[in-house]
Amino acid sequence: MKIAVPVKFVPDLVEELTIDPGGTALDTTWLRLIISEFDDHAVEQAILVKEKNGGQVCVIMAEADGADDFLFTAAAKGADQLIKLTGDFSNVNNHALARAHAEVLKDLHPDLILTGVQAHNDLDGSIGPLLAEYLGMPYVGYVAGITIDGDKVIARKEYAGGLIAEIEVKLPAVLGIQAAEQPPRYVAYSKIRQVMSTAKIEEKPGSALSLEESIVVSRMFLPEVAERATMLEGSPDDVAAKLIAIFKEQGTL
Amino acid sequence: MSQDILVIIEHLRGQVTDTSYVMLAGAHQLSQSSGGGVVAVLLGHNAQKLASNLSADKVLYVDHPALAEFTFDAYQITLENLIKQQSPRAVIFGHSSIGMDIASGLSARLEFPVVSSCRTFTSEGKFISQICGGKIMAEGDLPAPTALITMVPGGYKAESGQSSQPPSVEIIAAPALGDLRVSLKQYIEPDTSDVDITKEKMLVSVGRGIQNKDNIELANDLAAALGCAVSASRPVVDQGWIPTTRLVGKSGKHVKPKIYLALGISGAPEHVEGMGDSEYIVAVNTDINAPIFNIAKYGTTVDMFDLLPVLTEKVKQAK
Repeated sequence: MKIAVPVKFVPDLVEELTIDPGGTALDTTWLRLIISEFDDHAVEQAILVKEKNGGQVCVIMAEADGADDFLFTAAAKGADQLIKLTGDFSNVNNHALARAHAEVLKDLHPDLILTGVQAHNDLDGSIGPLLAEYLGMPYVGYVAGITIDGDKVIARKEYAGGLIAEIEVKLPAVLGIQAAEQPPRYVAYSKIRQVMSTAKIEEKPGSALSLEESIVVSRMFLPEVAERATMLEGSPDDVAAKLIAIFKEQGTL
Repeated sequence: MSQDILVIIEHLRGQVTDTSYVMLAGAHQLSQSSGGGVVAVLLGHNAQKLASNLSADKVLYVDHPALAEFTFDAYQITLENLIKQQSPRAVIFGHSSIGMDIASGLSARLEFPVVSSCRTFTSEGKFISQICGGKIMAEGDLPAPTALITMVPGGYKAESGQSSQPPSVEIIAAPALGDLRVSLKQYIEPDTSDVDITKEKMLVSVGRGIQNKDNIELANDLAAALGCAVSASRPVVDQGWIPTTRLVGKSGKHVKPKIYLALGISGAPEHVEGMGDSEYIVAVNTDINAPIFNIAKYGTTVDMFDLLPVLTEKVKQAK
């Protein structure tokens, strides 16, 4: 079983996001990038599948600040192959990024491709279904749980209200991961350092980085708010007293 | 080439989803600038009755056993053909477990751009998408000649997409749907052995800000004192700190208690989808820029770890 995991970085939402002076994009001066949370779950799910069924895990991402560290961390968790796409990915949309990934994936011949169901900055679709189309594979998203069954996979797909659909998919296939069966594992820095001296990151040029299907943003802005919350100020004691009054007024206390 | 707006209706086990009505409401807004009609597209098997309360100028209905419930191949093949035939101005999908599975692939296959996470349309027909966990809005012209769109809830009321007047239904022949690679085995019902958080008058809900499993006790203590239940956002459930039965959001429960006390919850759109209709949202979050304060009635940036023990004590005294 060969499992490929294409991943990407996204802006860290813990940091304050600001709009650049042009008013159509995020200001990248202080922007901190981190792994897309769903992609982190996809890596974990791939390693869980490998641990259960055997096989190899290959993690692939476009070059970016911190990409090497992320790839080595994935290796320390159990990934067997690391690939970095090289080129200028600064303004690349998801269609082009998926095409670049697809070019590399074609040669890898994976049985299963796991990737995050979405990224919070997706504006032109999500990577998983685009990859499936470019590679001629079926796709199932919102997956939280996988069972390999010969040349098929049973994916547990989430719907609203806690409803789960068990979907049978013929391999090879692309699955969009909502959550791994267990939280992404922690790996000690000493182990990552150890891996760094032995693991190799293969570099492959990113191709077809054209922007034909770009969505053009003419204005980017912070949400306009009809009515912001009334802020309760003061010490924890003061705030608690005000909350008690609200709870009483609403009849929940 | 038409100026019509197609809406891909979503249904599960014989019920049209709320998202579908929100999409129809959005389509009506968009059709005003495009000058076309609103055309609902319903795929199903013996499901024509689901069209009866859709607010649309026309419903295109495709019937086939393989379309009874949503699956990837059957929907994608059917819609590829249908969109080609209709060549509409725009096709609206849900930014959901159904729509997101097919919209991007169809975009690549048909070479029509797709706009993700659209929340509203302007009167000039521009899209406004909500990205970066609800912290950023992006506006732009809808790509021409045909744009695919995935739509998030929140911008329009579901009721605006419903009508008491049944629309006219046009039957469209299904394409050949053999050799499908994806099939539905079964649905697994949500676990009902736990407290039903949709029935609680008040919820103490914890998010990523709770930091670790041990801290959940602080929320449990407060909920116990108040006599209500604890719920959670996705990251907390994914960590296994709180069971899935307590998950609030897009793929969890949709709750509307009298008071929703959000502790360390940022207010990402996926979460708001499940609790935005609560009567009073009270948010505790140290990040003053957290989007939760945009929908909360009351908020505080006091650290919850300072606040919770004091609050629990005061609740006990007040009883």
